[in-house]
Amino acid sequence: MIEFKNVGLVYPNGTEGLKNINVKINDGEFVVIVGLSGAGKSTFIRSINRLVTPTSGSLLVDSEDILTYKGKNLRKLRTKVGMIFQNYNLVKRTNVFKNVLAGRLGHTGTLRSIFNLYSKEDKALAYGNLNRVNIAEKLYNRADELSGGQQQRVSIARVLTQKPKYILADEPVASLDPPTSHQVMTYLRKINKEDNITTIVNLHFIDMAMEYADRIIGMRAGEVVFDGPVSEVTEKTFEEIYGRSIREDDLRGGAQE
Amino acid sequence: MTNKNSLTQKSMSLYPAKTKMQVTIIFFVVLGIYIFSMYKTQEQMVGGFSGALGNMYVVIEKFFPPNFAILSAIWNSMLETIKMAIIATSIAGILTVPLAVLSAQNITTFKPLYYLTRTLLNLLRTIPDLVLAVIFVGLFGVGIFPGILALTVFSLGILAKLISETIESVDMNPLEAMRASGGNVFQVIWYSLVPQVAPQFTSLVLYVFEINIRASVVLGMVGAGGIGLVLNQQLKFYNYPNAMTIIIVIFATVLIIEFISNKLREALL
Repeated sequence: MIEFKNVGLVYPNGTEGLKNINVKINDGEFVVIVGLSGAGKSTFIRSINRLVTPTSGSLLVDSEDILTYKGKNLRKLRTKVGMIFQNYNLVKRTNVFKNVLAGRLGHTGTLRSIFNLYSKEDKALAYGNLNRVNIAEKLYNRADELSGGQQQRVSIARVLTQKPKYILADEPVASLDPPTSHQVMTYLRKINKEDNITTIVNLHFIDMAMEYADRIIGMRAGEVVFDGPVSEVTEKTFEEIYGRSIREDDLRGGAQE
Repeated sequence: MTNKNSLTQKSMSLYPAKTKMQVTIIFFVVLGIYIFSMYKTQEQMVGGFSGALGNMYVVIEKFFPPNFAILSAIWNSMLETIKMAIIATSIAGILTVPLAVLSAQNITTFKPLYYLTRTLLNLLRTIPDLVLAVIFVGLFGVGIFPGILALTVFSLGILAKLISETIESVDMNPLEAMRASGGNVFQVIWYSLVPQVAPQFTSLVLYVFEINIRASVVLGMVGAGGIGLVLNQQLKFYNYPNAMTIIIVIFATVLIIEFISNKLREALL
């Protein structure tokens, strides 16, 4: 369980990233955070694995305040909380298999990882996860030879190989075309249901949020302005979250039949 | 028709007359400075340019024909020079890794450490290789060892600077991903930084190796071992045909090594 208690974050330049956030995310939920760019979605999600550090309040992951974590504790937290990025963040000159095995870094000793001494189980796990996202045939291709959608699937395999309890996805489909976007979201949704991994996704496309989320959290200017199950959400809710009427480019389109 | 065309061309200038005038004046002023300084410098020379040409004839007459009989005798010294360059480049290549990482602003976020290594490397680069060689020859005596030390310190300065700049230009996204999956500093560097800089690293090391071959010849002249030492001796004994052979051997070696390393670098990038 993840619990934000009066969490606030002020960046060194004075910008307020988060303002007094109080949110509780239960195990197994598929939560989509919506809001315009600059609303604080990224800051919210990156606080959970401490890529950014909130400046006030407390943030509990499995009932432990993670805001005081340093060094070893922090790395341990990050092995538990996997992350998927908008730009996939694969190492482009390295092959797919090694990129996926990098998900084991937090579980592997420094020397073992430097000399590629991964256990049989780890390698099998990595290969199995590539299979799950249907990209095992690209095992030895360099990451930069793949298309955007394929790279994002590899990054999903990487995060799965980490065996996380939580997955954070920061705008995972913003750089993809509509059909590929739906494919990636479908994988995330499937993993959430099959492995019971709590998943928190940042999106700014309304239709995709509606299609895949269990629960929607709306953010504006660093504050949570809506929090509720997807059944309670209407177009009016989005207009309130965005503070303006809904436009064509707020929709991704291309929904799967 | 053609006549009319050429007339219009004549009357249309690309630059206004005033600019033309200014540029012309500047050109002649600069030319005047050159001629004046040439004249002044020549006064200090024995016989001006005509004397130099005459000297050139004397020099060529003394240096040619080269005495190829000594080839087998100088071969060892040439190899010694190459060895010096290889050892120095290898040591510098290893030592440069931590220094380059510590002086890259995007990796070393702890400012005092970054400034410390930066300053250290800047200081290192201000010392000319010849001065390094003189110092080390003074400390350890004539021979190959001070030469290696001088070359190592010299190439470390260049390499660490160039590589730290390569590191500063890498894509930081993969590093963030490795950090987010719980990797420690060494794992993050090994998995996401090393693959990104490895080709440039190799290319720069080869480049510095070429520089080292040439530098080691010069260093030999102040007693730091290798072919430079032999060349210096021959010149001191006025044994110009021998010196000429040595110069030809150096020339050929440098060309061959540059060719090989160019091919290697082409294959890498």
